[in-house]
Amino acid sequence: MRGRRVKLLVGGVVILAALGYLVYGGMQSAVVYFVTPTELRAQGADAVGKALRLGGMVEAGSLTWDARTLALSFRLTDGTTTVPVVHTGTPPDLFAEGQGAVVEGRVTEDGTFQAQTIMAKHSEEYMPPRSGEMPAFQKGRYRPEPGTAQAAPPAPSDASGVAY
Amino acid sequence: MISTLGTVTLTTALVIALYAAAASVLGARTGRPALVASAENGVLTVFALVALAVALMEWALVGGDYSIAFVANNSSRATPLIYKITGLWGALEGSILLWLFMLGLFSVGVVLTYRRDPRPTTRALLPYATAVLMAVVSFFLLVTVVPANPFAPVPGGVVPPDGRGLNPLLQNPGMAGHPPMLYLGFTGFTVPFAFAMAALVTGRLDRDWIVATRKWTVAAWWCLSAGILLGGWWAYHVLGWGGIWAWDPVENASFLPWLTGTAFLHSVMIQERRGMLKVWNIVLIILTFTLTLFGTFLTRSGILASVHAFTTSDIGYYFLAAVAVTLVGALWLLAARGERLRSEATLDSMVSRESVFLMNNVFLVGSCFSVFLGTVFPLIAEALRGVKISVGAPFFNSVNVPIGVGLVVLMGVGPLIAWRRASLEQLRRHFLWPAVTGVVTAAVLFALGVRGGWALASFASAVFVAVVVGAEFVRVARARAVSAGEPFVKALAEVARRNRRRYGGLVVHLGIVCIVIGITASFGFQKSREVALARGEAVDFEGYRIEYTGLVHEQEPHRLVIGARLDVSRDGRSLGTYVPAKNFYEGRQEPTTTVAVRERPSHDLYLILGDVAPDGSHVTVRVLLNPLVMWIWFGGVILTLGTVLAVLPDRKPAHAVAPAALGRLGAVARGRPE
Repeated sequence: MRGRRVKLLVGGVVILAALGYLVYGGMQSAVVYFVTPTELRAQGADAVGKALRLGGMVEAGSLTWDARTLALSFRLTDGTTTVPVVHTGTPPDLFAEGQGAVVEGRVTEDGTFQAQTIMAKHSEEYMPPRSGEMPAFQKGRYRPEPGTAQAAPPAPSDASGVAY
Repeated sequence: MISTLGTVTLTTALVIALYAAAASVLGARTGRPALVASAENGVLTVFALVALAVALMEWALVGGDYSIAFVANNSSRATPLIYKITGLWGALEGSILLWLFMLGLFSVGVVLTYRRDPRPTTRALLPYATAVLMAVVSFFLLVTVVPANPFAPVPGGVVPPDGRGLNPLLQNPGMAGHPPMLYLGFTGFTVPFAFAMAALVTGRLDRDWIVATRKWTVAAWWCLSAGILLGGWWAYHVLGWGGIWAWDPVENASFLPWLTGTAFLHSVMIQERRGMLKVWNIVLIILTFTLTLFGTFLTRSGILASVHAFTTSDIGYYFLAAVAVTLVGALWLLAARGERLRSEATLDSMVSRESVFLMNNVFLVGSCFSVFLGTVFPLIAEALRGVKISVGAPFFNSVNVPIGVGLVVLMGVGPLIAWRRASLEQLRRHFLWPAVTGVVTAAVLFALGVRGGWALASFASAVFVAVVVGAEFVRVARARAVSAGEPFVKALAEVARRNRRRYGGLVVHLGIVCIVIGITASFGFQKSREVALARGEAVDFEGYRIEYTGLVHEQEPHRLVIGARLDVSRDGRSLGTYVPAKNFYEGRQEPTTTVAVRERPSHDLYLILGDVAPDGSHVTVRVLLNPLVMWIWFGGVILTLGTVLAVLPDRKPAHAVAPAALGRLGAVARGRPE
């Protein structure tokens, strides 16, 4: 009876320890810190190579994208500090200069942020169509102009998505 | 008009639900069956009123009553009829109404099933179970009446001429089925929870409450599983990022109760059989129920950023309060009954079915804990250390993949290992060859160039389970074929029919194995590439040749569709034209994506449209090769068949002796002839 208890206890402890190790190890390697450009600069060389999320505004006049090579580059700013970001791929639909964006990736030695993913920050706010407004496509551009959308007043309430 | 009528209906339902909860308890305490019966009628009335509220809301949605804010926000004249209807669960308020409807459905089901049940335990448990169900219903009704009234008029009283239309992402057949299924699962677990609480209150803590709710639990579990799978299907076909699961907080919120619910489903078998784990089972069902509420808190309070783009509202606090009340109340009740929950047996051996089930529980709850931690860790870190962090998929994968592989192995061992104590000889007989087959499979895959330790372990363990289960079916069917002189297939059907629960469960395990194989392959061996294509240009990708031949524009009443025509061929043989597209909805900033997928059992070719040059001269396309994704959906079908087999009511055998005759026989046997 006693021997069995001990065995059970040992078994339980081993399983819990393994679980704890899995969780701890996973946390160590998978936690991604969110920083602003200023915070990133303050970290200096310490930040190099760490997985980070960088959030800011896409600086006006900084965005270049080559539709052939898919090379994307722009600068993210928080008003005081600016960080150059490079990425390979198609920018997301709402990504544009003057808009907020969050990028996930790593900083290289030369201070450039190599982004693996780019998330355009946006709200799913309702913009009532103004009279005579054409769908974005017919205005000669597939991605709707954020500027025109922002000028419109937001709807009184918004509820998008389902519970879960 | 509808607005007022709806609010009055819900308020009336709230009053009656509160009465039913109180009357049920009072009637049971004071031994007044009439009061209990009136409470039961109250349950039926509440459901009728909720159904009326749902009908009113559908009437408003389909008829376009834009004086109701919910309708104005989630429907429009141009919305197709089917999505006017599904607009009910297109946003928070309507979702709560749907939740209530499902909960009402289960409550009515419980009352109608058990109100004429003569068994004394059921008679004792039912009033309290009814009261708990009605208390939960009251909570949801309160939410619809105060913070999230679906019938609230538009603010300011200015009725817009047209609504805003259903969120485009939800205008999809997958979304029509995913939320209702999930809610059936969530609300379904309220039934075993209600009976567990009734068992605690009445002190009838033996196996009866578990037996009474067994099929309800299995049904709820199936609904939740199907809801989660449909959610994955939706993510894969509609969100268009190429995968089915991203460990998003909202996905996690549905996965947490599934994990504890699955643990509960298994551990109750030990209580039924051996009278052990009584406290544990009650804790599990309390956890499962609480997690369904917690999920709503998590996703609705706005404390977590999620791709599902929820709006914040006060109802988060209501749900947090409900979670707190449930946990404190239920655990206090549990503590008060502690002395009656003593185990009737102890664990005999570490190598036994009991111990395998115990391990299954530890793994499932451990996985639940890790997912919970990963989901709320950003909150804790921000509160304690003031840093903003995110916990990404690598964390969830690194913890849950090893646990998952362990669970798969147990899934093969559990159903066949002996109760109490298994001998080495039994282990060898059942598991030697399946284990060898699994290892050989892994070796063959390795030789074929498949790499990745966990992936190989996952495939090996999946094959192990499939062989164990397959061999078991063959063994029992062959034994019956010989003894009853039946053909093999008939014998197999007979065996399954005679022990539906066991063999239904084994079929479910086969379904899960199928899903595990699909998940392992599609997560671990996805290939992707992003290319820019000029018109007339082609790209070679994994044996496919994909040529961009031009744009397609389609103006539909509610949206503009821009698609890229991609001619796909393989070895010079044309496989047809695929058109991944973007959809621009009026009044929405962001277009939605329509992916084009060529689905085959071996792999899917998955095409996503990126950027489009205004003149259509070139496009960017992301091309993915997702292996074995169809196995996941196919596994869902097997899982469904297994569940149906397990819960179908047992048919009376064709040549059964009539009950009257049985009674006479019994009398004869007792030596008292009529």
